This record gives sequence, structure tokens and C-alpha cells, in this order.
Amino acid sequence: MARRTVEVELSTTGLDAQGRPQRVPILTDDGGGGLALQAPPGLEPDLEGEHMLINLGPQHPATHGVLRLVLELDGETVVRCIPHIGYLHCGFEKMGEYRQYNQIICWTDREDYLNSIGNNVAFALGAERLFGIEITERCKVLRVIASELSRIMSHLVWLGTFCIDIGAFTPFLWAFQRREEIYRLLEKWIGARLTTSATRVGGMAADIPSGWMDGLRQFIRTFPHTLDEIDRVLTKNAIWVGRTVGLGVMTPEEAINWGLSGPMLRASGVDYDVRKDFPYLDYETYDFEVPVGTNGDVYDRYLVRFEELRQSVRILQQAADRLPDGPVNIDDPRIILPPKSKATSEMESMIHHFKVVMEGPRPPIGESYFAVESPKGEKGYYMVSDGTAKPVRWRIRPPSFVNLAAISKMVEGHLLSDVIAINASIDIVMGEIDR
Amino acid sequence: MRTGASASGGEPTTQKNISHRGEPANPSAQALQQKFGGSIKRVEVIWGETVVYVDPSSVHDVIRWLKDDPSQRYDFLSDVTAVEYRDPEVPIEVVWHLRSLPFRQFLRVKSQLAKGKPLEIDSLYDIYRSADWLERECYDMFGIRFRGHPDLRRILMWESYREGFPLRKDFPLRGRFSRSEQLRQALAQNPEARYSMEELSIADAYAELPQEMRDRLSKGERTGE
Repeated sequence: MARRTVEVELSTTGLDAQGRPQRVPILTDDGGGGLALQAPPGLEPDLEGEHMLINLGPQHPATHGVLRLVLELDGETVVRCIPHIGYLHCGFEKMGEYRQYNQIICWTDREDYLNSIGNNVAFALGAERLFGIEITERCKVLRVIASELSRIMSHLVWLGTFCIDIGAFTPFLWAFQRREEIYRLLEKWIGARLTTSATRVGGMAADIPSGWMDGLRQFIRTFPHTLDEIDRVLTKNAIWVGRTVGLGVMTPEEAINWGLSGPMLRASGVDYDVRKDFPYLDYETYDFEVPVGTNGDVYDRYLVRFEELRQSVRILQQAADRLPDGPVNIDDPRIILPPKSKATSEMESMIHHFKVVMEGPRPPIGESYFAVESPKGEKGYYMVSDGTAKPVRWRIRPPSFVNLAAISKMVEGHLLSDVIAINASIDIVMGEIDR
Repeated sequence: MRTGASASGGEPTTQKNISHRGEPANPSAQALQQKFGGSIKRVEVIWGETVVYVDPSSVHDVIRWLKDDPSQRYDFLSDVTAVEYRDPEVPIEVVWHLRSLPFRQFLRVKSQLAKGKPLEIDSLYDIYRSADWLERECYDMFGIRFRGHPDLRRILMWESYREGFPLRKDFPLRGRFSRSEQLRQALAQNPEARYSMEELSIADAYAELPQEMRDRLSKGERTGE
């Protein structure tokens, strides 16, 4: 790799013989008329090629949660990285075996908490396959809107924290301002910001309130300006490029073999997107493109996610234009709760209400694996039913868990400071990894 | 950077009105039956997803063939997990979810492990690197040992976890030990147990270990339990 020349001015305070503070220059003449960075003799112990063991995390701001990396360093170069996870393990899968399907939706908020409403949609779709339910057209479009809003939110958090990790502060504020707008939209729709629990098996918890679409259209209109601004600040910024290009490269074959998915896989040049290859929610009828990188490094992952933000806005625009009228929930009183007014006035509805709440809907014996394209990658919900109201097994296929497994390969041979950039580029959420 | 639609071929569409049983099976299932005969126990189609039940002893060969054969090319291992049923008579199932990215196919391979015997099955680590952590998690949660996995340690639970395997049906929801017992164990833990033996063998850390731990390491033990 070519040596980069950066003009630096460094000095450190030392003490002179009398114990008074004295400025000690650590830039020394390299003999060729230039200056070289060199530590004064005696300041750094000579390690004689011995490797060091460094513990990074779990309580470290740049590990995005409670990730712990044990690094073996040769000088400043990473020789080996051994990740430790599990500090946030909550046993969602175990608890899910003791809950009805609609109750599990509340767990899905809390695993990948940056994409909570997207998880709600994914879980409901999986459960509906297990029940053999076809949802209504309006519900489909609402779920597309929810998924794409959630993708934008998740990518904005990723963008902001990635910037902070690398040392750019301004885009973080811009990204979080826009994210706040989506949170306000969700709050108007669902009543909650983070833990949305927005879906139900067979429909949604609520239809959008009147005037909500105006807020969405306002967001669709103004959000690309923010993207342009961030684009201008980052994409061609010399520091940004210098900190991201050529780091953590995964070739297409490696990326597939390591099971990477989502932007991590596409940055390596594999155009696999669940929305295109195994479509759901009629994604094939939306006009959008799947950005694909070429080098598979940290910079390409940035470019891919950035373009995905623009494509999500395109999908949102189309969904807003086509949102049909009609019911949100399916018409099946054994699965969907009756309206409150009916439940308190009609005997039949009251019985259904009681049965749905107390016993829960029962799917037939069977199993389903439903995968969606979450912001992190292929998120799958695998559910096995034995005909009772509670699943025998509820399994999350966590995309960032599988993506993180490749970190030990990606950071090998890079500097310690690059570990932070590579880790940030994976876009991990420890809630999803540890579950 | 290029943008564009996804892989070549006719664009797939959202599946609609899938019936519980009786959807057409994935053609790979028939190919497997022809190729492996008796090792393929049975083939089911549930909600349009093909499930192939494979004899535990030949899972590695079957999946190796599925990945390498040019007519199959299941190059993407989505998930490795296991299912234990509430009925204690039913064997534990290990489940692999495979995808063929070039052919846009999805296949579920299952293998049944009888209870009462040691739960062991071949690791797919040498075929898919994504199996590494997924198999570790499956071992951690179900106690299924994957033969040939180079680093089969617990992953979500800590390495000195003594309560068993949490996703087994005989494991109580609240855990086996009381809160006070869990706290007592946590406080009594050896700080070095937070590092694996592999890590402790790096540089000086090894020389500073207690003699007893160094002895165990030299005998080939991997973890600091």
C-alpha cells in the first residue's frame, strides 16, 4: 500500500531535569530534509516482536452495544480477532415457546430494535404463512411503507454512528434529525416510537390516521435533500475515503461462503436481495433498483447503504401513490379481534374476542421459514407448530449475527483503528445478535 | 458501483394462496432421491417449502453434493438450527436452510437424532464457513455436538455456564438455578475464565496463568472453565 503523507503537528509535554514542564517535539529530522514521527527513546517499551492481547469492549462506545473483541496485536496490526457475544442474551426464542403468536410480536420489537416495525412485519408474514392467511391489499401496502420507513431509520442510525466512529460529527446530527421525523410518523400511526408491535397475525394493530399520508409525503419530498447534503459532505471527502477504502475486503465467493447477506453481501458484488429474488408483499411490482458494489470494502458498504436509502424513498413514493382503500384486517373472527364496539354489544363478537385473547389463534400442524430483506440482511423467522396456539419452536435467523462472524476474517492484518471502521460497517445490533 | 435488477432469468413473483400440503416439490428433492436413494428418508412439502429428511450419517455428503453439483449449486447456507418437540418420544431434528442463489431455490434439509443417544452430527464447517457460529449456537442451545467443528464452544451463554442447554424442552423457563445461586456463581467466577485458553495462550498472558491452568492447557483443553 502506498504511504500516505499527512502533514501533522504533534507535540507532547514532558518534564525537564528540574521537574518543570517542557515541550518535547516528537517530530525528528529524518535526515532527508523532512520530518518523521518518532517516539523519543525510552518512552515506549520495546516489545521485541512479542504479540499483545488487547480486550476491546464490551463497554466501549464504538462496539455498538455489548460486543467484546479480544485482539492479538503485533505492534498496531491485528493478527487475530476473537469475538465474544452473548452479553445481551434474553432468551427470546425460549420465551416465544410459551407465548401465543400475537404475543411474540412484542419480542420482535426488541431484538433488532432499530428495525422494530420491520421485524413486526416479517414475523406477521411468517405467522400468516403458517396459518395459511392471505392479507388484504391495503395491509400489504401499509406493510411495505412500514418496512421501508424502518429501513430508512435503521440505515440513518448506522450512517450517524458510523460517522461518529470515524470522526465525522455533523452527518450524525442530520441523520438523527430526519430519523426523529419518522419516529413522529410512527407515533401518530401506532402510538409508540421504538417498541411498535404494529402488526397482528392477519392485519395491523391500527390503520393510519387521517392526514398521516400528508406527513409521509412531506417526508418523501424533503428527505432526499438531506441525503444530498450528507452525500456532498462524505462521499468524496478525502479523510472519509482514506479511512474506508480497502478495509475489510470480502470477495464475492468469500461473502457467499461466510453467509453474509444484505448490504454486506451486495457490497461484495453479489446481487442477492430477498425483495427481488424471493419476493414478498408484492415487491416485484415496485420499481426500484438493487445497488451492488464492486470491491467489497467498507467504502462500498457505505455506498450500497446510501443508495438503498434513495431506493427506499422511491418505494415509499410508489406505495403512497397506490395505497388502496378497504379493510386492513382479514375478515376472520377466529384470528382477528372484533372492533371494541361490537365486542361490548354483540354476544357473538364477545365470544370471539374472548377466544382470541384467552386461547389465541391456532395454526395447523406445520412449519414455515419466512425471510425478508431487513436493513441488516436476510432476516428469517422459522416457526414450527404442533397445532396448539403456541409455537413448538420459534427461531430468528439473525443477519447481523452471521455477518459479525466474518469480522475475525475482515480485520486480520488491519490496524487497530481500522477495526472500529470495519466493525461499524457491518451494521450490527447486539439485540439481534444475542437475542 | 452498478445498479440494476437482480439475478438473471424470469423475475419471480410473490407467492399467493399457498396450500398447506400438495404444492409442487423442489426438483432438487427428486434429484436427491435418485442420487442418494435410501439416505433420503422422506420428502414433504409444507406451505410450498420442500423438506428433505436425510439420514444423519449422510448429511455431510448430501449437502456437499447439493453445493458442488452444477445442477444444484446450493451455495448459501441461511441457517442451522434444531427443533425439539413437546412430545418426548419424537426425535430432535437438526434443520439446515439452504439457498441456491444462481437458481433461486430454497430447500430445507432435516435430520432426526434419536433421544437417549449422544446428540452428534457432522459439521458443515468445511463446506460453508457460515456454519461456524450457527453450529456453535445450536450446540450452545441444544447440546448437539457437531463432529469436525474446530471451535465448538458456547457462544451466547458464557463458557462456565453449568445449567445445561436452554432451548431443550426439559429446561425450565426460569433456568435451573435460583437467582441467589446464579449470583453466587457469578461472584465466585475466576476472572481468567472470561478468556478462552486460546486467547490466554497469546504472549505474556500464558506465562502469568496459574500452574494448574497451564497444565490443563498443555493437555489440550480449550476453555478456561
